Amino acid sequence: MFIAALLSGLVLGGTYALVAMGLTLQYGISRIMNLAYGEMIISAAFLAYVLFSNLGINPVAGLVFAVPFGFVLGYLVYGVMMSPLVARARDKASLEIDSILATFGLLFVIQGVMLVLFGANFTSYSYLNDPVTIFGATLATNRVLALVLALVLGGGLYLVLTRTLWGTALRAVAVNPAAAPLVGIDVNRAARLAFALGGALAASGGVVISMYQTFTATSGVVFTMKALIVVIMGGVGNILGALSAGLLLGLVETFVSTYIDPGLTLAATYMIFLAVLLWRPAGLFGRIAR
Amino acid sequence: MRTIQRRHVLRTIALATTALTVGAVAGFHSEAAAQNRKSVKIGYAISKTGGNAGGAGITTLPNYQLWVKDVNDAGGLEMPDGKKLPLEIVEYDDRSSAEEVVRATERLATQDKVDFMLVPWGTGFNLAVAPLYDRFGYPQLAVSAVTDKAPDFVKRWKNSFWMLGGGHDYAGALAAIVSGAKAAGTVNGKVAMISVADGFGIDLVTAARPAFKEKGIEVVYDKTYPAGTSDFSPMINEAKSSGADAFVAFSYPPETFALTQQAQVASFSPKILYLGVGTGFPIYGKNNGENATGIMSLGGIDPSNTMNADYRKRHEAVTGVAPDYWGSVITYASLQMLQEAIKRKGLDKAAVSAELASGTFQTVLGETKFENNQLRQLWWTGQWQNGQFVGVMPSDRPGASKAVLPRGEWKKK
Repeated sequence: MFIAALLSGLVLGGTYALVAMGLTLQYGISRIMNLAYGEMIISAAFLAYVLFSNLGINPVAGLVFAVPFGFVLGYLVYGVMMSPLVARARDKASLEIDSILATFGLLFVIQGVMLVLFGANFTSYSYLNDPVTIFGATLATNRVLALVLALVLGGGLYLVLTRTLWGTALRAVAVNPAAAPLVGIDVNRAARLAFALGGALAASGGVVISMYQTFTATSGVVFTMKALIVVIMGGVGNILGALSAGLLLGLVETFVSTYIDPGLTLAATYMIFLAVLLWRPAGLFGRIAR
Repeated sequence: MRTIQRRHVLRTIALATTALTVGAVAGFHSEAAAQNRKSVKIGYAISKTGGNAGGAGITTLPNYQLWVKDVNDAGGLEMPDGKKLPLEIVEYDDRSSAEEVVRATERLATQDKVDFMLVPWGTGFNLAVAPLYDRFGYPQLAVSAVTDKAPDFVKRWKNSFWMLGGGHDYAGALAAIVSGAKAAGTVNGKVAMISVADGFGIDLVTAARPAFKEKGIEVVYDKTYPAGTSDFSPMINEAKSSGADAFVAFSYPPETFALTQQAQVASFSPKILYLGVGTGFPIYGKNNGENATGIMSLGGIDPSNTMNADYRKRHEAVTGVAPDYWGSVITYASLQMLQEAIKRKGLDKAAVSAELASGTFQTVLGETKFENNQLRQLWWTGQWQNGQFVGVMPSDRPGASKAVLPRGEWKKK
């Protein structure tokens, strides 16, 4: 029982982590609080659904289309909508407010387009819904795939951010966007890249989630909320933080559901969120900004 | 009575000599308008966006669209004098917000001055607008509203009609199935039950607990979960090890879909598998194919009813989506009843309400009639059989299929 709960918790957490990593890049490095993040996830889910049900392309192969799609979408959104805001923002706080308002509008634009294209119906298909046994616990292959993808992408991005010059530049922008140009970093370009990367991550999350979760054109906000909790818990802009906070949430939910009561999972999620914020206001891996 | 008034009105207007009281002027105006009117204004507020859009988009909205098309294609809505008036539609999106649905309904009544209103989707929303329908005198044919309080509501709001039964009806039918299967030795009579901690789940589970107890059925696992839960493996594992061979989930569509998938992954095949809203959605049968067979839920259809079969074909042809197996056909039948009542009584809202309450109507359900403002000819339990979701309870109702238990193991793909 314990092993089963542990593994299902990790697998559930993998989904949360996968969904949250893109947002942490967008918020942490580009400093855009993207409220339309969930809609980007859902649009990728619809893309995967269309590819699978109309063209017979399996969702794993669909990632080949969805990830560049998310990257381009993120790149365009930043280039067209966000860079004017960034250019005129006087300080961090005003950029945050502007970007929240702008992406709140974007949320409804994307949602509206999806409603027109796909209607308001529940959409679901099943792919890789096969049992796989790991250490005696039976898990769904598609959910394990989400965990693996979260670990691979999370680990890969962590290495890129910490080991490459390019990653170091991104982190520099995250830490101090005002000082980064002094060492020759093009802040606008770095921020746009990070935002686009976030979009690509959202798209990969959307594709994987579409394999096992029912979604509608309007269910994006649920993912934004969950991702936001994970991002704040993990520390804004911290990939490893998002990964571990996501896994932690999954574990807590599953253990509460197994050993206490399924009705308390939401309460437990917010309890642990509160506890982390009280104990470490900047998140598990965050540093207090000066 | 009516014709005499009209003639009187026409004559009065033609002469246009007498001084009239203000009230009479208003009265004449509306009567004159009825005579010269070019269309019938029908309004509705429905969830096109937000959390309820999924349900409204399957059960309610396509039927409104289909009906409007059917009526207008036939030349319009027939009046008692045989004249046909085309429908003019006023539509609002309530954005799945209870405040918004109330606001939009009030607006339909006071600003748009629609002749009749079609109801919103959902139990809560129908309750939210009921006082307004009552105040403005509109008949309310509440379809997607499951409530045990219908007999009380009917007293409070005289023009309200409740068409989908209450939690006790569905829970009672389910308990009867389980106890029947227990008596036949098919199952051990132990039930594992989960329910969503939200309107529908609370209603149903509150009705199910005493219903099971009354039939001597032991509920060995009984938990609620928050709406939006996506991972059910802990609950499925608990249910699996609880010794129950009947599993009941009063769930919403996304959870119903998730439960079906995750039960397969966990190789959890209880002898009775009963899931909530969503089981009767066409996409459910399409996605699960063979594996849907034997799964039970609320609602169902009579597969031998050719009018219903014809309706299902037309629904799909016109709206592009298939109807569900529970509320869809009832929604369409409610519109047919309204149409027929208007044909008999005209656009007088009170007369139409009275006709709805007492009349008998031919609809896609067959002969349809309200009992104390409630529709009781319903399928309380249905089961997927041969690619259709057929009604099995009440088992003595004509057209009922026989419940097939135990349901088999999951088929490997």
